[in-house]
Amino acid sequence: MTLGSIRHQIRIGRSADDVWARVRDVAGLHTWFPGLTDCQVDGNNRVIFLGSGMAMPEEILVNDDVQRRFQYRITAPIFRHHRGTIDVIELGADECMVVYSTEADPRTMALTIGGGTAGALDELKRQMEEHH
Amino acid sequence: MGRKILFVTTDQQRYDAIGCNGGMVARTPVIDALAAQGYRYERAQPQSVVCMPSRSTMLTGQHVSTHGVWMNGVPLPADAPSVAEVLHAAGYRTALIGKPHFEPFLDPFMRFAENRFSREPLTGTHRGFEHFEAATHGGQGMLHYARWLAANHPEVIGMFYPVLDGSLEVNALGGGETGAPQVWENAIPKEWYHTDWVADRTIDWLDGLDADDDWFCWMSFPDPHHPWDPPKSELGRIDWRDVPLPEGYPQTAAEREAILDRKPRHWKAWYEGTLVSNYEAPADWVPATMTADHVREVNQRNAIECELIDEALGRVLAAIEAKGWGDDVDIVFTTDHGEFQGDFGLLFKGPYHVDALMRLPLVWRPAPSSAPAPAAVTRPVGLVDLAPTFCAIAGLPVPEWMEGKPLPSSDTDADARGFERSLTEWDSVLFGVAVHLRTITRDGWVCTTYQKGHSHDGTEGELYSLTDDPLQRVNLWDDPAYAAVRDDLVADLWDHQPAMHQPLRRVEAPV
Repeated sequence: MTLGSIRHQIRIGRSADDVWARVRDVAGLHTWFPGLTDCQVDGNNRVIFLGSGMAMPEEILVNDDVQRRFQYRITAPIFRHHRGTIDVIELGADECMVVYSTEADPRTMALTIGGGTAGALDELKRQMEEHH
Repeated sequence: MGRKILFVTTDQQRYDAIGCNGGMVARTPVIDALAAQGYRYERAQPQSVVCMPSRSTMLTGQHVSTHGVWMNGVPLPADAPSVAEVLHAAGYRTALIGKPHFEPFLDPFMRFAENRFSREPLTGTHRGFEHFEAATHGGQGMLHYARWLAANHPEVIGMFYPVLDGSLEVNALGGGETGAPQVWENAIPKEWYHTDWVADRTIDWLDGLDADDDWFCWMSFPDPHHPWDPPKSELGRIDWRDVPLPEGYPQTAAEREAILDRKPRHWKAWYEGTLVSNYEAPADWVPATMTADHVREVNQRNAIECELIDEALGRVLAAIEAKGWGDDVDIVFTTDHGEFQGDFGLLFKGPYHVDALMRLPLVWRPAPSSAPAPAAVTRPVGLVDLAPTFCAIAGLPVPEWMEGKPLPSSDTDADARGFERSLTEWDSVLFGVAVHLRTITRDGWVCTTYQKGHSHDGTEGELYSLTDDPLQRVNLWDDPAYAAVRDDLVADLWDHQPAMHQPLRRVEAPV
C-alpha cells in the first residue's frame, strides 16, 4: 500500500458563501493556487497547467453547493489513485474553515501536491481577506 | 584587498573518506595537502544529518531549531539570514555553484526560486549570492546542470541511475557486479559528469572576476551522495574486491542483530525492513539483505567519487594560483552529513546519531599570507561555526543572529573560547511515523535523548563513550553505572538547545 493522505486547513475571515464562490469556480483555480498558470475546462474535464510547463488532466467529481464540497481526481498516468477534496465549513457569519485534502498513490505525490495545496490555502485566505 | 574564501562542500561524506583522516580507499592528495597546511578538525559535527537542515545551518550560522528547517522538504525562507548576504554587503563578489538544496527539488509547480533560476536568470542576489548555478545528483530536473546536459549532451541523461522508482520513492534498484542498491554503471564521459561540471563552472566564474576583487565562492559537489554512479571510465581505479570491509561493519548477522538489539527499537526495525521512518533511504530496500560484497562495491564507487572531487578541487586551486590569488585564499572543505557505508549493517542515513552520520571531514586552510600554524583540533566544533568563520576571515563582526563561533585554530584556542559541546537534532514526520532526537556531544561522550514518537515512548536514549567504544556499539543509556553521566549530559543539552521556531515551518515536498 503506497497511499499517502495529507490534509491542510485554514481559517478565513469571510463568509462560507463568499469563499465557496471562489472554490466552486472550476476555471479559476489558477487565480489562487500558486504554481498554476492556467486552467481549461470542458464539461467535467479540467486541465491544469503547472509552472514547470506540465499539463495535468483532471476529472471533476463533485461540486456540491449544499455541502460546499468540491472533489476531483488527477487522471494523469503517473497517479494510480488521486482524490482531492476541498471543504468550506461555516464557522460564523464572517468566518469559515477551508480544508484541502489530498490522497494519492504513489504516496510521494500526496506530499508534493499537498505542499502546493497548503500554499493555495494561504493565497486564498490572503485574497479573500484583503478584498473584503 | 582582503582574503578570499573558497568554501568547498561535498554531500553525504564520512570523516574517514579522506586520506588525512585515516581513509585507506580513496586517494585525496589535494585535500590532504590543505589539511597539512592548515587546521584539520577531528570532531566536526553537523546540526542535522540530512541535507536541507544542515545546509541551512551552514548558510545561516544557526541551529536547526532556530532557522526552522527541521527536515528535508521544509524550505528555508528566501529572506532568512545568510552569511553570503553579509559578505556581499561588505563588497564581496558571491557565488554558489553546485548543489544548493535550501528549497525542495520535487517542485512541479515551480514554486521555489532555486528551481526557476535555470529558466529565469537571477536578477540582483538570492540569499546573498549574485551568481547561482545549480546541480544535483542526476541528469534530470530543472537545475542548470540538467538543462546544460539537455542542451548539449542529451544522449547521456538516461545513463545516470534512476534516483526515483516508478512510485517516486527513493529507488532500491541494484546494479554493478554485486547488485548493491543504488550502484550503477554510468557511461557518461568524465568531463560531462557533475563533479567536473561544478569545477568547470567555478573556474569560469572566477575567471570573470577582477584581480583585486574579494570573493566568496561556495563550490558544492553533489557527490559522494548516492546514487553511486560515477563515470564508468573511472571504475578501474579501485577493484571492489580489494576494498576492505569497514571496521564498523559487523560481519555476521548474529553480531549485527545483537548490536542493534541494544539500541532504540527503530534501528532494528529499519534493519529488518519493518519500519521506514523517513524519505532518506529506499523504502523497498531491507538492510538485512545487504551482503559484504554489496558493502565493498558501494564503498568502491563512493571512493572513486571522492577521488574525482579531490581532482576537481585540484583543478580549481590551479586556476586560483594562475590568477595570482594563491596566498590570499582561505579554503574550507567539509560536507553536510555522513553516510553509513556498511556500519551496523546499514547504508544511507536516517534518525541515527552516531559517528557514521555525525563525524564529518572538516579542513580549513587559512590564506598562506596569514601564516597559519597547522594543527589538528580535537575539540567539538559544528557546521554552525562555519558562517561566523567566514565573517572572521573577511574581518567582519559576527552578526548577533549567528549562533556559532569562528572555528578555533588549536585545542588551546578552542578551550579558551569555550568549544565544549556540539548539538544535533532530528525531527521527522512521514505519513504518521514521527521520530524526534536531540543529541549532545561533549567530554568524549555522545548522548541522544528521544522524544515521544511512533516507536518511542520518550524514555529511550543512547549513550556512548567515544573513547572506550569508538564504534558506538555498547549503549550505556540504561546502565545504572552511567546514570549520572547521562543525566548531566541531558541537562546540559536542554540548557543549550534552542527552542524550535514557531510556528513550525511546513513540509512542502518529500525532498
